[in-house]
Amino acid sequence: MIDRVAMNAVPLPPGTPPRVEARGISKRYPGLLALDHVTFSVMPGEVHVLFGENGAGKSTLVSIIAGVNEPSDGEVVVNGESAEIHSVHDARTYGINAVFQEFSLVPSLSVLDNLFLGDEIRRGPFLDHARMRREATALFGRIGFPLDLDTPVSSLGRAEQQMLEIAKALRREPTTLILDEPTASLTEKETDRLFSFIAELKTRGIGIIYISHRIQEFQRIADRITVLRDGRVRGVVPADTPESELVELMAGRAIGKIYPSIAHRPGPPILSARDLTGAGVEGVSFDVRPGEVLGLAGLVGCGKSEVWRIILGLSRRSSGSVTLAGRDMSAANTGDMIRAGVFYLPPDRKSEGLMLALSSLDNMALGMLAGDQVSRSRGRISNRAIRTEGLRLAAQVDLAPGHLPRPVSQLSGGNQQKILFSRGFARTWEVFVFDEPTVGVDVGTRAALYLLIKQLTESGKAVVVISSDLPEVMNLSHRLLVFARGRISTVLERDEIEESAILGHFFKQGELAR
Amino acid sequence: MTTATAALPPRHRDPAGLLRRIFIRVGILPFFLILALLVFSSVSGNFLTGANMINVTRQSVYLILVALGQMIVLVTGGFDLAVGTTIALTSVVTATAMTTLATGSTIGVFGIIGLGIGAGLLTSLGIGLVNGFGVAYLGVSPFIMTLGVQSVGMGLALYLTGGVPISGLPPEFSDSFGFGRMLGIPVPIMVAMAAIAVIWLFVGQTRLGKEIYAVGGNARAAVLSGINVGRTLVIAYALCAILTSISGILLTARVESGEANLGATIALESIAACVIGGVSLHGGIGRVGNVILGAFFIVLMQNGMNLAKLGSYVQMILLGGLLILAVIADHFRYRLILGK
Repeated sequence: MIDRVAMNAVPLPPGTPPRVEARGISKRYPGLLALDHVTFSVMPGEVHVLFGENGAGKSTLVSIIAGVNEPSDGEVVVNGESAEIHSVHDARTYGINAVFQEFSLVPSLSVLDNLFLGDEIRRGPFLDHARMRREATALFGRIGFPLDLDTPVSSLGRAEQQMLEIAKALRREPTTLILDEPTASLTEKETDRLFSFIAELKTRGIGIIYISHRIQEFQRIADRITVLRDGRVRGVVPADTPESELVELMAGRAIGKIYPSIAHRPGPPILSARDLTGAGVEGVSFDVRPGEVLGLAGLVGCGKSEVWRIILGLSRRSSGSVTLAGRDMSAANTGDMIRAGVFYLPPDRKSEGLMLALSSLDNMALGMLAGDQVSRSRGRISNRAIRTEGLRLAAQVDLAPGHLPRPVSQLSGGNQQKILFSRGFARTWEVFVFDEPTVGVDVGTRAALYLLIKQLTESGKAVVVISSDLPEVMNLSHRLLVFARGRISTVLERDEIEESAILGHFFKQGELAR
Repeated sequence: MTTATAALPPRHRDPAGLLRRIFIRVGILPFFLILALLVFSSVSGNFLTGANMINVTRQSVYLILVALGQMIVLVTGGFDLAVGTTIALTSVVTATAMTTLATGSTIGVFGIIGLGIGAGLLTSLGIGLVNGFGVAYLGVSPFIMTLGVQSVGMGLALYLTGGVPISGLPPEFSDSFGFGRMLGIPVPIMVAMAAIAVIWLFVGQTRLGKEIYAVGGNARAAVLSGINVGRTLVIAYALCAILTSISGILLTARVESGEANLGATIALESIAACVIGGVSLHGGIGRVGNVILGAFFIVLMQNGMNLAKLGSYVQMILLGGLLILAVIADHFRYRLILGK
């Protein structure tokens, strides 16, 4: 961890207007007041963090400032003058650029093409490739994150795509930059690099609006923190506000220790991988035991997620074996593994977990179809039983039953995750594999999900937690596998699990090979 | 998955809010239907009569059957452009089988009819399996796969017949399936009612039905829930072909000959019926009742336009325009459901 980045180097003359100011912004959706007279401002050279649970209104607020949405009420003021922002293009002419969590990159085009997309440099009627190349190289040099200009975006990792998005925004010389969870897919080192770059942007007088859940991280760069809850500003506090206070402001109540202590009663291995090799994984062996939480940690692309996709038959296996409850399942396909009792929670709930256009209940029902509770003879399904089960599962995962008939796309990230978890209780499973179980989930919901993990483990199920969130995987695991470059670089037992020990192994093999 | 398609915001008293809720729940159809009734009943006094409505109902049977099949495929996130070919081949094969068997066989007229129908259904099953296999296991996009099969099948039907209708079918075939009545109800309507009941039960009350919605809702999530996506897709295309084939057999009985040009416009009409009936082209959303109404609406439009003495060329223009309008409305509705 590096120290807090230096504060504003140059004090602002009194009376300097904010870069951007939101005055009394409200946003109404049918049946929902997403923002309620929100006032917010960012000064030149300031990093102003927006903090709050999912669904608190952070994204709505920045989408209005960035021109994606229009407010129902209130106005946006740029450099002291009222601004007419009706589109992303309008926002850009005011110097406001946003980098959203959902990328705006074209996968089939190269890094260079994406960087200049829609804003190409021309000489006469033709594209000036040489100049674009020079400018791109210079830009990446300044950011300190070199990317090969001709690589197609589809073959970049998430971190690289994130940096490309930021580079795209910076190319337009913004005066205000909006970053929405920019570190979600970055490693520690990349985060450090991004933060020192943000520090440089501050000295140039750029105002930065920074959305994040990661308190320890954003406290390193923040100047002020605005906490939103239910569409209202609950406080504007200095960066050194204690974490507990921030969490309390965010949740509206105090939240106790979020990691539960989970009893460790391991049984004989139920699932074993031996010398497993395949896409992104080389010679990995480990056992999964009932009554134990097995953690898998490592950088993005280190193999911790990939190994399970091979075991589940989602990616190619070239050699090695998998046994489940004594049966050889090396060649099993995904359906076989699921039916044999392996529950898999995918890391990206939107692309692999949810049917976004359908209701929450329909989404829960997907997990019930293979179970006995809703099945009747001859392939028939009882819709009444689905509703009854839906209510039971909602209670089980602490989801308000009023959400059941709503389209799942309108639920917050935390509630969507609860729906995916509920499928784990829809029938009997033996092995639970949670890949990034709390990504984009607020603290209150996280605590609830951890309790579910505790409950499953203590009832004698085998639980696997794959996570890029180091505190999460450290605190939950009884045994921790640290992955690097497709291999297990170390196995740590409960009392050996420490941050420094893990981080060393993250880079052990990777750094040598570079 | 048919239980709750879209949730509604809390009650609004204002009429705009009500219209919006109706639109989110059932789509564009009620608005089209009211408009059509207003326009055509003002143009022709014969339009809104009991006799004409019964007439429209009887004519809409053929489209309803195909639209139900089309709905199943649309719900998986695909579509079937080969329904026209399925009708053509069914008609040609059924007629050929019957006429061939009629000369010099001793199985009796109902044996001939039964075998003829069986041959037609088997042919369509083949088409459905080819479509499904190509989409599910070879990864060909539904658009290209069914477009290609449409051409292959149509060529085959024309080749078999030389473009000439096959006549000489047993009169009992047309008397029963074309013009017959059971309990006073026309046989085609009885067949359609049976098919509707079966499909309604299938999509709403069986695991396979739910799986079809899941595959269209999110195929990757379906895989991770242990659903055999490939098998589900093949079944969906096969069912579509069978339903279409039933329609083809009824049409053949109606025109009393096997014809390769029977289903020329059915692909467009069936997709229009589904989309107007609120089936999403994005997959995962579609209700049997609304699709039936959608098909009924298309036939009602055609009937109204005939009564208004609009030529068939003008009708083509209007129908195509209507389809595009309905798709625009579908996109808009999908965005409302996703809350964007």
